[in-house]
Amino acid sequence: MENIIKISTPLDTKEIINLKAGDFVKITGNIYAARDAAHKRFFELIEKGKKLPIDLKGQIIFYAGPTPAKPGYPCGSIGPTTSYRMDPYTPSLLERGLKGMIGKGFRSKEVIDSMKKNKAIYFAAIGGAAALIAKSVKKSEVVAYKDLGAEAVFRFYVEDFPAIVVIDSVGNNLYETEPLKYRK
Amino acid sequence: MREVKANQIKDKIKELFLRANYHINPDLMNRLTEALKEETSEIEKSVLKMIIENNKIASKEEVPICQDTGLAVVFVEVGQEVHLVDGDFTEAINQGVKEAYQEGYLRKSVVDDPIFERKNTKTNTPAIIYTDIVPGDKIKLLVMPKGFGSENMSAIGMLKPADGPEGIVNFIVETVKKAGPNPCPPTIIGVGIGGTADKAMVIAKKAIARKIGEHNRNEKYAAMEKEVLEKINNLGIGPAGLGGNITCLAVHIDYLPTHIAGLPVAVNVCCHTARHAEGIV
Repeated sequence: MENIIKISTPLDTKEIINLKAGDFVKITGNIYAARDAAHKRFFELIEKGKKLPIDLKGQIIFYAGPTPAKPGYPCGSIGPTTSYRMDPYTPSLLERGLKGMIGKGFRSKEVIDSMKKNKAIYFAAIGGAAALIAKSVKKSEVVAYKDLGAEAVFRFYVEDFPAIVVIDSVGNNLYETEPLKYRK
Repeated sequence: MREVKANQIKDKIKELFLRANYHINPDLMNRLTEALKEETSEIEKSVLKMIIENNKIASKEEVPICQDTGLAVVFVEVGQEVHLVDGDFTEAINQGVKEAYQEGYLRKSVVDDPIFERKNTKTNTPAIIYTDIVPGDKIKLLVMPKGFGSENMSAIGMLKPADGPEGIVNFIVETVKKAGPNPCPPTIIGVGIGGTADKAMVIAKKAIARKIGEHNRNEKYAAMEKEVLEKINNLGIGPAGLGGNITCLAVHIDYLPTHIAGLPVAVNVCCHTARHAEGIV
């Protein structure tokens, strides 16, 4: 196992600059879950010059929609959804102070350029490890768009949420560098 | 004739969707354990250990393996001597799906209209149902909760007969290469060759449910499965796309007769969870 770096939210710029692609992290604090439909609504509010339902400054958005919680559980199974669908909306959220994203899969050039400009991190959580990841969620509440069901905006209090830095704040990208070492 | 009540189908569908979403199939779990031994990347060993641990937690606690509990795909083989009574066939399947997803704490991921409203149906229905009429007096059900991270990476190629085996292999490998980390590798790749554009994809999807370790009975197709698997693993994508030797766990190819002018190739991509369950009514 690699060295694990413990980080907490909200993220500060110094912490962000120290994180490098390939670092394993454990995240503690509040993070927000938002996926396709919530991003669309965020974007529409921004276009109309209106205020977002959550303050993004220093925050992390987890691209995810949980299963309903079983009785006695704080949260249902929860893992990352594929991030590229959020790409068209992401730069405008980064401009508004978003500092971290947790998802899986490729990001567009526009997103990576905006991450470098705004000093932000893209973390990967392990897709399909949703029962395991849920163990790090201690509290869960819907904070916006309840009508969207699993696509609502959730605030999770997480302890030691496992993730890997895939794209860091200078644009190093594990998805590009690491597979090359194993290509035959 | 044998009478089957619609409720028997509903109950079996419900049971199968719950089982598929909580309990990973043993053949897949064995393959993941082998993959952990074969993987050389330290990052990827950590990833595979997390995936294996996750599957154990889900099964033990009966919680969903993945939060994307999928679109409900159902393959049905209805014996022609079955007489269905006390209800409607399609309704029974959808009711079974609804009960599994509502009572089993599974995520409802279906929107009614794909473009404009995209309103959640809140029942995870309608299911996608494929029905074949076969000899006999039983109903065989195969359910596949299909996640869309991997489904979105699927592709159909209407190749030319002149493209031959090489063209087919390249098309499959390119599809997987383009998908990179998106479909939650290590994947299971279902391939359907021949038939029509639509039928090729249906048999590709069904091929995902083949037991891991079993190859196509036609040895030329079995050899192609092995060749494609090796080429995919040579891409270096690795588990979760973080670089490694194990990008794909199995390639399953099925084929059908096709038109003199055609060579349809459908690639249906499935994540490392590849959920499916079978039962008989």
